Amino acid sequence: TLRLICTTTAVQRKNGGPPGPEKYTEAFIKKQIEEFNLGKRHLANMMGEDPETFTQEDIDRAIAYLFPSGLFDEQARPLMKHPTEVFPEQRKIQWGEDGRPFHFLFYTGKQSYYSLMHETYEKLLNVQKHEEQLIAQDLPLQKEKRNLAGSRWLTKIELEEMLLEKVSDDDYSRFIQLLQKLVALPCADIEEKYIQKFSKELPVQLQKVVIEPLQYDERGVAFSTGEGKRKTASATAVVYDNGTGKITVNGIDILHYFPVLQDREQLLFPFQFLGRIGKHDMVCTVSGGGRSAQAGAIRLASAKALRSFVTEKEVEFMRQAGLLTVDPRVKERKKPGQEGPRRKFTWKKR
Amino acid sequence: DDKLLTEPLKHPDFFNVKELFTLKDLFDARVHLGHKKGCRHRFMEPYIFGCRLDQDIIDLDQTMQHLQLALNFTAHVAYRGGIILFVSRKRQFCHLVESTARACGEYAHTRFWQGGLLTNAHVQFSPGVRLPDLLIFLSTLNNAFEPHVAIRDAAKMNIPTVGVVDTNCNPCLITYPVPGNDDSPAAVELYCKLFRMTIIRAKDKRRQSEAVEELR
Repeated sequence: TLRLICTTTAVQRKNGGPPGPEKYTEAFIKKQIEEFNLGKRHLANMMGEDPETFTQEDIDRAIAYLFPSGLFDEQARPLMKHPTEVFPEQRKIQWGEDGRPFHFLFYTGKQSYYSLMHETYEKLLNVQKHEEQLIAQDLPLQKEKRNLAGSRWLTKIELEEMLLEKVSDDDYSRFIQLLQKLVALPCADIEEKYIQKFSKELPVQLQKVVIEPLQYDERGVAFSTGEGKRKTASATAVVYDNGTGKITVNGIDILHYFPVLQDREQLLFPFQFLGRIGKHDMVCTVSGGGRSAQAGAIRLASAKALRSFVTEKEVEFMRQAGLLTVDPRVKERKKPGQEGPRRKFTWKKR
Repeated sequence: DDKLLTEPLKHPDFFNVKELFTLKDLFDARVHLGHKKGCRHRFMEPYIFGCRLDQDIIDLDQTMQHLQLALNFTAHVAYRGGIILFVSRKRQFCHLVESTARACGEYAHTRFWQGGLLTNAHVQFSPGVRLPDLLIFLSTLNNAFEPHVAIRDAAKMNIPTVGVVDTNCNPCLITYPVPGNDDSPAAVELYCKLFRMTIIRAKDKRRQSEAVEELR
């Protein structure tokens, strides 16, 4: 007869430790989904709409109408969303009724990360085998260079989202090294699809700014538009060719609009820099800001418009002169406990 | 159901594991090759046949017996639906061991062993987790040439262990040690093949017996 000695079932946790994050069983999520659908139909009825065609936006509007809340934090307001969005997609219970876990790497702790490493290593071995076959048949190895400059690997946070579990820095760097090793092999084109899952297109930052071509109005005169901002002022400028150097702002001549010499100098600076003072006409509209801010905005707008008239080298000169850069300076806020943004209250010794 | 469980225990070799391998297979897979004399562990001396040019040779007759006992035990555990965990810290064979485990439908752990995996399981995993019923070591040493923590932990948690012990390993806490080479690819492939075949055979036999019982 078999005598049961101490078994290996883990002792149930007694009180004395903080409970971990709540784990949701599949049955719980299913029940929540049923309740959500029922509640959606009730809500549609209440609002007098058709229960069949009640979308998520309608639900949000209905909830905002029935439970108006002035709370600042969006996440603190009443919410009715599908349970899969409310309950984070985390580990449900990992084993079946008989206690056997579903995943074969469950006992490692980081099952998704290690299974990913396992798969990637398998692809690597595949590629090596393929390479050996090609060598055995004396066929040439493909040497097309993949475009590495236009793509980046997934970041650590994106990988964590993909695997639904924490990934440490070490693990992440190991994974990236393995991917790089895979990509470096000559026949890696076979696993192209698999690699694309982990690479992302870089937003094209290094692309040159497209200079718009000149447009022609009814009289046949070439013109181009530009927009500029400075502090709170925004301006649009239209620069015409074959002009006499006349500049109009909001329908008013600059001598009347900008009485101060400094502002007029700012307006004329782009033309003076390119040596085209008497050659262009300009019509601008500007709003917001103060005197100096409007002048700066028009200057930027006119510089941007002038790019279309001028060679690439001169555009580069303009850029280096700072004519094409948006001035990021805005008014700094006043802080409590100080008199101004930087000025502190007078320090009294006693 | 009771009969299903007690029936295999009456025979010494219910699953006929003896036919899975011969002495020649072990020799061809270079299982008898050990490490150099300087690496020899004191407790492995009974299992060593001799020493040739400073390299230890493992006694394959003893290996045969131990391997039969080990395979028989794994077959019985697999027959009763126990969880088997393959452990190996050799980087060369990590992929092979994981694929074997997946092919059998059992579990593998060839990565860094976190301290409280077995002893602190209800904190690391959920409270209701089921621990492995058998640990199979394809290599008992870890990457620092020290005995793997899992041997000690399994002994603490009363989990039986089967392990391939090389001449520099400590066979003490392992329930079914199998003296043999753990460094050659050929030897490790042979072990993986044998374990895979026994486990699959045991599971098939279980399914057949259950089907026979259902028909009655």
